[in-house]
Amino acid sequence: MSEEIIRSIESRYLRDDLPDFKVGDTVRVYFKIREGDKERIQPFEGVVIRFQGAMNRRTFTVRRITGGLGVERTFPYHSPRLEKIEVLRRGKVRRAKLYYLRERMGKAARVKERFYARENKK
Amino acid sequence: MEGILGRKLGMTQIFTEDGSVLPVTVIEAGPCVIVAKRTLEKDGYTSVQLGFLEQRPKAVTKPILGHFQKRDLPPFKVLREFEVSPQELGELREGQEVTVSIFRPGEKVKVTGRSKGKGFQGVMKRHGFKGARDSHGARYHRTPGSIGQCTFPARVFKGLGMPGHMGNRKVTVRGLEVIEVLPERNLLLIKGSVPGPRKGVLVIRKEGR
Repeated sequence: MSEEIIRSIESRYLRDDLPDFKVGDTVRVYFKIREGDKERIQPFEGVVIRFQGAMNRRTFTVRRITGGLGVERTFPYHSPRLEKIEVLRRGKVRRAKLYYLRERMGKAARVKERFYARENKK
Repeated sequence: MEGILGRKLGMTQIFTEDGSVLPVTVIEAGPCVIVAKRTLEKDGYTSVQLGFLEQRPKAVTKPILGHFQKRDLPPFKVLREFEVSPQELGELREGQEVTVSIFRPGEKVKVTGRSKGKGFQGVMKRHGFKGARDSHGARYHRTPGSIGQCTFPARVFKGLGMPGHMGNRKVTVRGLEVIEVLPERNLLLIKGSVPGPRKGVLVIRKEGR
């Protein structure tokens, strides 16, 4: 009973307007950040290495290499601060968490691309 | 009304308007019923007794059942008194319902509950002692160490932190903010955490009255 009530409160915050993307995909995340009292949108591009949590607590982590240094950012999936997400490339991976990418650099850290029949037509 | 009785349902998080994440406790509060009034003439002070969580008449003893039947009310599991001013008492009557709508978002409240029992605990968990080192030949790890001096004062001072039973006592958390009130579902969202387990009975009172 109590779980249902909490679920109903959480479900008010769920978003369904974001594109479908999975672990291994390369995405560009447009995240609203506040600087003083100005608001601006900061894009962050990289490979999705994990999803975590359920309901409105769901988060995902994006990893990218900048200047030879790995940077990972975790975003709340249902946050109203997520302006939009662009899927740049679909990745073909065989596990749910791509932690192994952290130990790899350069060419070894690539993710195979996944193609869909329908997407190939265009 | 100064406060209401409720039940902790659990915690979750919500997004505020500016998009930041806020931890909240969901409380099912009320509806409570005014079971009895304490008046200046009869009791020397003014308050109302609220009942919460209805139960079967069979579940209570006959003397207690009489207390409810006298007022044509079903028996309640939880009875608690709340202070009211003499003026306010006049406006209230027995059998009247008290709901979460007495609260407004943004109000500060204090929440009283019975904390989760932790059993017999050592001094590190119970009082936050540092304990001793784990390695370098130490043969004591989580002991309290010395508990006093020697010939003078030749006793252990009162109030010294010792191992013992922890939790399962009345705890009040003050200054919590009401985030949302849902009167049609008798729900209250309060910022932060609140004592006790899920389904634990809570007393929610307005702060600064």
